[in-house]
Amino acid sequence: MQPQQSPSFAWKALSFLAALALLALIFSFSFYHLAYRWNWRGVWIYRQKFLQGWLVTIVLSSCALFVSTAIGALFALARRSRFLPLRYFSRIYVEVIRGTPLLVQILIFFYVVADAFAIENRYVVGVLTLSVFSGAYISEVIRAGIESIGASQLESARAIGLTHAQTLRYVIFPQAIRQILPPLAGQFASLIKDSSLLSIIGINEFALNAQEVNSYTYSTLESFLPLALGYLILTLPISLWTQSLETRHRFET
Amino acid sequence: MQLSLENISKSFGTHRVLDAITVDFPKVHSLALIGPSGGGKSTLLRIIAGLEIPDTGNLSINNELVNFHKETALREHRRHIGVVFQAFNLFPHLSALENLMLPLEKVHGFVREAACEAAFAALRRFRLEKHAHKKPGELSGGQKQRVAIARAVAIKPRLLLFDEPTSALDPEMTAEVLDMIEELKEEGRDLIVVTHEMGFARVVADKVVFLADGKILEIGNPEEIFQNPQTETCRAFLSRVLKY
Repeated sequence: MQPQQSPSFAWKALSFLAALALLALIFSFSFYHLAYRWNWRGVWIYRQKFLQGWLVTIVLSSCALFVSTAIGALFALARRSRFLPLRYFSRIYVEVIRGTPLLVQILIFFYVVADAFAIENRYVVGVLTLSVFSGAYISEVIRAGIESIGASQLESARAIGLTHAQTLRYVIFPQAIRQILPPLAGQFASLIKDSSLLSIIGINEFALNAQEVNSYTYSTLESFLPLALGYLILTLPISLWTQSLETRHRFET
Repeated sequence: MQLSLENISKSFGTHRVLDAITVDFPKVHSLALIGPSGGGKSTLLRIIAGLEIPDTGNLSINNELVNFHKETALREHRRHIGVVFQAFNLFPHLSALENLMLPLEKVHGFVREAACEAAFAALRRFRLEKHAHKKPGELSGGQKQRVAIARAVAIKPRLLLFDEPTSALDPEMTAEVLDMIEELKEEGRDLIVVTHEMGFARVVADKVVFLADGKILEIGNPEEIFQNPQTETCRAFLSRVLKY
């Protein structure tokens, strides 16, 4: 059998365009069938709102990403702790948060918990809710990454005299990060999209702004297609970046 | 080295792996542990390495009692012992050089440059310098084991322990690795080897211990054990192992 040669750039470009063309064909057919009267000009007037909303989404998601990664890491370690109450606490946290809809969590956090702790700023509540939500998923990702490191490596580390902390830092973490990054990036992309639910508590982010433009102009598709595009602009680079990270950290085990 | 085991016992659940092992070597340089699989050789080696805590008994090396009850004391003990396992010794995300540097830098407090120099010197000493920047995934089984041995030696340990270092290798790589261990013995390093390579044990060991079912059945010089085994178990074992 002939050794496979890497496909030429021309063929790759052509295939990509063909795939896009097919998708475009499907969509244009669907929209044509709708016989829709487009009103882009009406929506263009509100471009500032779109931009503002988009920026608020970016800031909210970024803050939530940092906090949720910290929460995730803490709970992942707590899950492996020898102190049983801590271990069970993280188990309960993860199961409950992952098993309930974000919508419900936002409502409970905002109307019940925030009220009880007297947190005035709805943006802070929004970030915290998102972080707690995402943190549960991230903690499972991190835990799986840590546990994927073979026991023989831990033995090797012990044999050369590394402490638990050193083993975590020099042996487990560098290898776990390779396992953790792809699902973590996926989680970030989800976070960006999930932030759209914060609109229900009146946070002035991207989705809420799109809804408002829709209610002013009655041009639903022209309001929401830019919304989709705006989210895609954020999630696509993340996906590509992770893929390049994956290749860089590749080694055989 | 002086090595003495007194009443060492270890059970995993209901399975008694080591049964009141008692032996005293006032002065031995290289020791071979042989015996059938499951006889307790690896467990005994791991106890000497400080990786396993015996249920009862005392262990003393060079007239120092090993304190199994305090993790810090045990870790200190481990730091001065070089261990080479059957496989998976090296960390796959680090190059050969980095694998050697890690214990030097993080455990023995070397500065980065000094660690790099010492690591490189160790690799050069064993003619492995051209593999310095390769990751374990790019090395053959024999090369990996030799790098693992170099790592064990680089920290200048009091004692070297080998747990079936060649069992996962083909005959050619086995010879490479055994040559290296023999070199170390000639240099004067104290070592304990668990092995199934009887020819090697004969050449390298001062004393041979035959372990079966958690008990020491025979101790002696290689010639005594191999030419004239006293117990039936040992005789049967040797005839099976030396058959081909």
